[in-house]
Amino acid sequence: MSVLSKAFWLKLSSPKTFFPFAGKAVPVFAIITLFLATISLYYGFILAPTDYQMGDSYRIMIVHVPAAWMSMWLYLVMCAYAIIGMVWRTRLSDMMAGAIAPTGAMFTFLALWTGALWGKPTWGTYWVWDARLTSELILLFLFFGFIALRAAIDDEKRAARASALLACVGIINVPIIYFSVKWWNTLHQPMTVDTSGKATLPTEMLTAMLLMTFAFWAYTFAVSFMRVRNQILEKEKNSAWVAETLGGEK
Amino acid sequence: MISVLRWLVWREFTLALRRKAEILTTLLFFVIVVSLFPLGIGPEINTLREIAPGVLWVAALLASMLSLNRLFADDFIDGTLEQLIISSQPLALLVFGKIVTHWSLTGLPLVLISPILGMQLGMDGDSIVVLMLTLLVGTPVLSLIGAVGAGLTLGVRGGGVLLSLIILPLYVPVLIFGAGAVESVQAGLGAEAHFSLLGAFLIGSLILAPVGAAAALRISLD
Repeated sequence: MSVLSKAFWLKLSSPKTFFPFAGKAVPVFAIITLFLATISLYYGFILAPTDYQMGDSYRIMIVHVPAAWMSMWLYLVMCAYAIIGMVWRTRLSDMMAGAIAPTGAMFTFLALWTGALWGKPTWGTYWVWDARLTSELILLFLFFGFIALRAAIDDEKRAARASALLACVGIINVPIIYFSVKWWNTLHQPMTVDTSGKATLPTEMLTAMLLMTFAFWAYTFAVSFMRVRNQILEKEKNSAWVAETLGGEK
Repeated sequence: MISVLRWLVWREFTLALRRKAEILTTLLFFVIVVSLFPLGIGPEINTLREIAPGVLWVAALLASMLSLNRLFADDFIDGTLEQLIISSQPLALLVFGKIVTHWSLTGLPLVLISPILGMQLGMDGDSIVVLMLTLLVGTPVLSLIGAVGAGLTLGVRGGGVLLSLIILPLYVPVLIFGAGAVESVQAGLGAEAHFSLLGAFLIGSLILAPVGAAAALRISLD
């Protein structure tokens, strides 16, 4: 079946078809991640010039900015999957929402962590109670709440629907983070990459950041596909196709 | 519809007034938490005055959150909640009635007692008035948002701790602007912007929270 046909994509929403597909996709995405991240690091550390104000410490932004983007994006993607799962009752979407949450929390933490490391040489402090930092911290708590609620409810369907509703309530935080540097004039610098196109960065740095963002996306796909595969196996362990597939693989 | 709402509020009040101790517990919790701060930080009145808005707001947040457990729990155990769900009236309306009663029995007493605690922490008259107003606008938002969380964690193992984990992050904006309003008045600035935002939170949650809480109850009792 062709990858481009509509039937292929519809069929993918069934765990049975998705399982082998994800199995093939994981190594591909893992290789893409390694490849893009390596080029990005080369651009960021070797090609990009030293910043005249911040020195070499600004190079951390090739991890910091993509991680912050990913933290917000993954929350939205997680919500989208959760809503799709709630509306059309597709089990795979629920599983995807659950699988993305830990990665989202990880990227949120990474954004805060690298931000702290960057803040020390430039602001002289690891942490300030600035609007953007605080709202990013709340985002981390929202991810934790989502994961905890899901883990606490035994019934799978109820867990998926309850956490979906919670995710939708928390979604209001995402625009607050994104616009916080515009709305409140606090310590965090304004967006370095603006949609208006006037980049304040050397092109090499911009390239490094974009490559790292794609690397993070590929990483997210690889990791969440692995998680979904495990969940599928756990849920369908008694079905015939699992016995067949695993028997064949062994 | 109005008569149903009136009936529900009357029922909730009757039930609550037969267990007066529960209303007092929340209030006492609020008073005790606030009184702990001078003991922990020291009786330096200038320091206390500075942190008073934050202390009072955080204590109100915790008190309101602790009382949320009881919002649906009793009705859930004795089966009333199922009857409410299958009744012909919109569930969001019934939930709204429950939230209103819950707030007037747990949130409103906090608002009324806050001036005494404010004086205890050395706040001046103007700030106390602003504090009361922010609590008056802010605590209903806490009850409304909290109802969604209470609905979601109904009958879940370790529901109380889980409830705080999922609800406290959502309370943060109310805390920031509630305490911020009092602080900016103390600093000699106006608090109109803070009040506008608190009012916006109140209107937004009045519209959305009952629907969300009703959806949460439907999920929990599915």
